[in-house]
Amino acid sequence: MSVSATTTAEYLLVDDEVDFVVTLAERLELRHLDSVAVVHDGETALGYIAAHTPRVVVLDLRMPGTGGMEVLKTVKERHPEIEVIIFTGHGSEKERMMALELGAFAYLEKPVDIEQLARTMQEARARVGGEP
Amino acid sequence: MTHGKGLGRKVREWWVEEDSVDNTLFRYRRLWVSIIVSTALVSLIPLCIMVVVNYYQYRKAFQEEVKHPMRLLASNARQSLQFYLDERLSVLNYIVRDKSFSELCDQKELTRVFRNLKENHKDFIDVGVIEADGDQRSYVGPYGLLDKNYNQQDWFKETLLRGSFVSDVFMGFRKFPHFAIAVRSVNEDGQAYILRATFDTSILIRIREAGNTRASRDIFIINREGVLQTPSKTVGRILERVKLSVPPLAKATRIREERDPDGRMRVIGCAHVGNSPFIYIVMERRDTLLTSWFTLRNRLLWFLAVSVVVIMIVILAGATYSINRIREADNKRLSILHKVEYTAKMASIGRLAAGVAHEINNPLAIINEKAGLFKDLLTYSEDFPKKEKFLSTVEAILGSVDRCARITRRLLRFAKHMDIRREPINLESLLREVLGFLEKESAYRSLEINIDVQEGVPVIESDRGRLQQVFLNIINNAFGAVGDGGRINIYIAREGDNHASVTIRDNGVGIPPEHLQNIFEPFFTTKEKHGTGLGLSITYGIVEKLGGKIRVDSQVGEWTKFTVILPVTIEMGAQDGRNASTAG
Repeated sequence: MSVSATTTAEYLLVDDEVDFVVTLAERLELRHLDSVAVVHDGETALGYIAAHTPRVVVLDLRMPGTGGMEVLKTVKERHPEIEVIIFTGHGSEKERMMALELGAFAYLEKPVDIEQLARTMQEARARVGGEP
Repeated sequence: MTHGKGLGRKVREWWVEEDSVDNTLFRYRRLWVSIIVSTALVSLIPLCIMVVVNYYQYRKAFQEEVKHPMRLLASNARQSLQFYLDERLSVLNYIVRDKSFSELCDQKELTRVFRNLKENHKDFIDVGVIEADGDQRSYVGPYGLLDKNYNQQDWFKETLLRGSFVSDVFMGFRKFPHFAIAVRSVNEDGQAYILRATFDTSILIRIREAGNTRASRDIFIINREGVLQTPSKTVGRILERVKLSVPPLAKATRIREERDPDGRMRVIGCAHVGNSPFIYIVMERRDTLLTSWFTLRNRLLWFLAVSVVVIMIVILAGATYSINRIREADNKRLSILHKVEYTAKMASIGRLAAGVAHEINNPLAIINEKAGLFKDLLTYSEDFPKKEKFLSTVEAILGSVDRCARITRRLLRFAKHMDIRREPINLESLLREVLGFLEKESAYRSLEINIDVQEGVPVIESDRGRLQQVFLNIINNAFGAVGDGGRINIYIAREGDNHASVTIRDNGVGIPPEHLQNIFEPFFTTKEKHGTGLGLSITYGIVEKLGGKIRVDSQVGEWTKFTVILPVTIEMGAQDGRNASTAG
């Protein structure tokens, strides 16, 4: 089941498109990824990560305020164990290279097949290891 | 496109172009005419002035020059004749002083005197003594003139009056032309008498001809009444009156010009022989005298004509060459301007495309997720009436979303390829991609499009965006040329080891031969109001920039075939343009 932004979750979805990210969370839940939290901007995401340390973050790049690339950088500095999947509709080759250099686990462009996304999130979670 | 063409052909190109192109930039014809007129004026006016001045100066000099020898000849002849007559008068004067009247009346003595005279002067015909009453007292000569009386003859009266006299040439009693020289003296009784000698006119003829070097001259002697004293070549026989105005008495030799009875100008030199009735005349037709002037004049006119022709040829060639260079420079400048304009335009389009693609992507993602969730819920729910219908509807929505996603991806790729960059290109994929842009139109118009690929066509290294632009333009033109249901065949082939070719052939209206040679020129269009005339020009420029070649063949009413030959690898350094990427 999806969790609120104040509850500890294994997966954190960060995207400013509320409809999109909420629906995505629901679909992931249907695929048994039920520990998913959702936030809609970079600063809230960083606060959530600091408070709850999710295992995997699915991060949009273009968001108002703190951008996805900055969030990725901060997360990898502070919590290198957390895997970050970039999931953007504004991708470019340059940003792909930058994200992977900063330590992103994967770089996916919207729209993506839900099964592929779910699979990638599970692979990232598996890499982090530890108890669910 | 215009290499190696002759000047004439190049002139025809822009001469015709100016008629057909509605563009105020192209005023080469007027410029060409201005250059020719101004240069010709600057060159030819001084030349003509110089020739005219020379013409008149030479003519004047020649006219003066031909008069000089005539004046000299007449003066010399007059002096000779004067000398001759004075000498004969001296001889006769000596005789009357040396011999008494009675001695001279003695026939034997006169014969002895005449014999002595003949020994030194062959021209004496006879000699006689005439008394004051006109009777001839003694006579030695071939004629029987002993008892003749000359009382009524003019020369007799003149001699008695003036003391000496040189007569005109006359026939007299002997009936052949001769002239007489007579001197008056006084006998022992104080009575006047005359010693007279006559002379053959051959002496006048000899003196007349002395010093003449030109057969065309007519030289003769007339008396003061205009009667010929010697024969003439042109004006009459001896003792005939000439049709010539008798010059007034003057010491100096005069040269004048007058028309002959036939209306032709002649130059006449006149010299009066002092103490005689003789006027020495030298006469020649002016056109004969001025032969050398006419030769020079003709050469001068030929020089002018040849100079004008040479100058005009040089001016024409120079003006044509200059205009062609200006035109080439103009075309180059225009081409660069159009390329810059085109690049900027494409960059704007690229930015717009990228922006639109990105903005659409987000709502598209929401639709995708919502529809996906709907599908998930349907999938995980129990069966209910019309579940399959719902599922197929959701699948249709997801299919459309996927189609939109493909379009936005293509737009983004198009925007990314605005820069010139080398990358491996599969020509077949590239052409299919280009045809993808036109698939709606081809479907609506039921066009038959075939792609045929020869085996072994290499993957080339070139600029994807530019090649898309090239083939999009050519195929667009092919679409314009064919009617609904038309056919376009695309053939991709290997051209040797280093090139590949793409041939796009349509079965459209074709291109007339007179348009084929101009089809890649900027502003050349057959679409009248709808075409800019830049498409194929830009296409040509891009293909050249990519190191390739493009050619066109056509059969009016049958087909048109564009062939683009591309190198497997383009040379570095052929890249330009600017980054138009707006990725984000």
